[in-house]
Amino acid sequence: MRHDHRRRTAILLVATCASLAFVPAAADEAAAPKRFGFGRVATPEEIAAWDIDVPPDGSGLPAGSGSVAEGKPIYAAKCAVCHGRTGVEGPNDRLVARPGEGFPTGASPDSWTSRTIGNYWPYATTVFDYIRRSMPQNLPGSLQDDEVYALTAYLLFLNRIVPEDAVMNADTLMDIRMPAQGNFRTDDRLDYLEVH
Amino acid sequence: MGEQKDRPGLNVTRRAALAGMAGAAGTILVRSVDGQDVQASSDRLWVPDDPTKVLGTWSSVYGERSPFENVLRLKTPTGTASWTPLQSLHGTITPAALHFERHHAGVPRIDPDRHRLIIHGMVERPMTFTLKELKRFPAVSRVCFVECSGNLYRDAPEDTTPQRLCGLTSQNEWTGVMLSTLLREVGVDPDASWLLAEGADAAVLTRSIPKYLWNEAMIVYAQNGEAVRPSNGYPIRLLNPGCEGNSSVKWLRRIEVGDAPFMTREETAKYTEPLRSGGARQFSLVMDARSVITYPSYPATVERGWIEIQGIAWSGRGRIARAEVSTDGGQSWQPARLQEPVLPKAHTRFRHLFNWDGKETVISSRAIDETGYVQPTREAFLEVRGAGAIPYHNNPITGWRLKAGGDVVYRVEEWA
Repeated sequence: MRHDHRRRTAILLVATCASLAFVPAAADEAAAPKRFGFGRVATPEEIAAWDIDVPPDGSGLPAGSGSVAEGKPIYAAKCAVCHGRTGVEGPNDRLVARPGEGFPTGASPDSWTSRTIGNYWPYATTVFDYIRRSMPQNLPGSLQDDEVYALTAYLLFLNRIVPEDAVMNADTLMDIRMPAQGNFRTDDRLDYLEVH
Repeated sequence: MGEQKDRPGLNVTRRAALAGMAGAAGTILVRSVDGQDVQASSDRLWVPDDPTKVLGTWSSVYGERSPFENVLRLKTPTGTASWTPLQSLHGTITPAALHFERHHAGVPRIDPDRHRLIIHGMVERPMTFTLKELKRFPAVSRVCFVECSGNLYRDAPEDTTPQRLCGLTSQNEWTGVMLSTLLREVGVDPDASWLLAEGADAAVLTRSIPKYLWNEAMIVYAQNGEAVRPSNGYPIRLLNPGCEGNSSVKWLRRIEVGDAPFMTREETAKYTEPLRSGGARQFSLVMDARSVITYPSYPATVERGWIEIQGIAWSGRGRIARAEVSTDGGQSWQPARLQEPVLPKAHTRFRHLFNWDGKETVISSRAIDETGYVQPTREAFLEVRGAGAIPYHNNPITGWRLKAGGDVVYRVEEWA
């Protein structure tokens, strides 16, 4: 057997430790009120201004749209300097998978640089979310929603996931299933006492 | 001492100390007792021959270390990370100024009076809190490590220090409010199972935090007794003890409570680990047990005779139960002494006396935590994760080679 799993024991131990986990007492629990009443209720406007995340259910996708054709010049002007003319030249992260490039594994010669949108990113919504919140690095948060849709469309096109005439919006983005989806599994290391 | 001997009463300024430690002989500025910056030779820092014969300097409003002390973080050329000088520290607390840094879009400048934390989503009452309001809640202090998941320089050559090898781990006393206190305040939906933590930096960095971490999580505003440093999240950060540092979102401004992971870029495209068996591991937050010998290590030199081997051991799963030291290249292991108190999810200093006979050998350490988890060898690690595995959550046993002449070098590991 390659690993001495001792899995059942490990689960018991982890369960025991979890129950004994060091949780500092925040206050005299008996004296603590249900609520302290500090802070104030956040207004819908305050929340809306910051609530920019787009999870896989697409719940945060804004109105607007953008096409592959519209994304191409935006990419050239604002992204190519870091990611290369075609998304593979760098110097920063490679964005585009090579034709046929599959999901990297621990046996891949260099899984670090093998992670691109086309072969590693499991959700297209994350592409939109990340570009909108963080890119471009020298002017973060400067892109309009239409530009973000267009860049998402263009990067998906470069990765051969959508055709050249694709238009991305809150509906079409939800139709995309990324090649890498299904390749991720939730951490199970704590079930084991050896490297896993 | 040369001509500097003739200049009593000079304080060496910070700039002078920096210039001095650069080791370049030349001219530096020193500050005289009457506040004038004057030029002096930087060949060596001036000291009186007899400190009992020269009036000392008076109190200061913010302390500085001795100008003879020049331990620094090591930073990347791009400035996206800096490493803690593990080989130069004692005990278990990292000075805040030497706590490692890792950030994805620089350190933001934030006005604490304007900063807000909003908690919304699956809650009864979405709330917003100022820093002042957060400080009104019952406070808690906790000593624990924060470690970057990418904390191993795999292809390290012989001339590698512990700092460069694995200095992306640091330990501080953190003070703040328990996350659970705030979640009770907003009335979290019992069906909620994940929350999104978002920073106010230019990356607007986001991570999904699973419910099993909520009981221990804190929102901290203090680090080693003073305000959290800007590079560590000023004015507030999330703290997930024992977990990869990226999850302890700095400059925290928003928490959204939900019932599914948000699948942010960090937890999909980045902090996930392709496995040798195929697929990739996700939400691998807890840091496994680890140890490193910090003395003797490169660039120290040693002499035959008694050596007190020292190092630190830590585990994100709980307390360190044992740290073991091998002085024969991993053939046999002896338990090291642990410095009390041994805290959960905390750097624990270990020490082991070794009477070196002067012959070349390899010293190494391994950690065993209270769950029984044993720090793996590189071979065992590679067998599971694969030679091409991403250097996240890499915690193999490492060692130092004591050469016959007393030079100490890193034991180079073959990763490919």
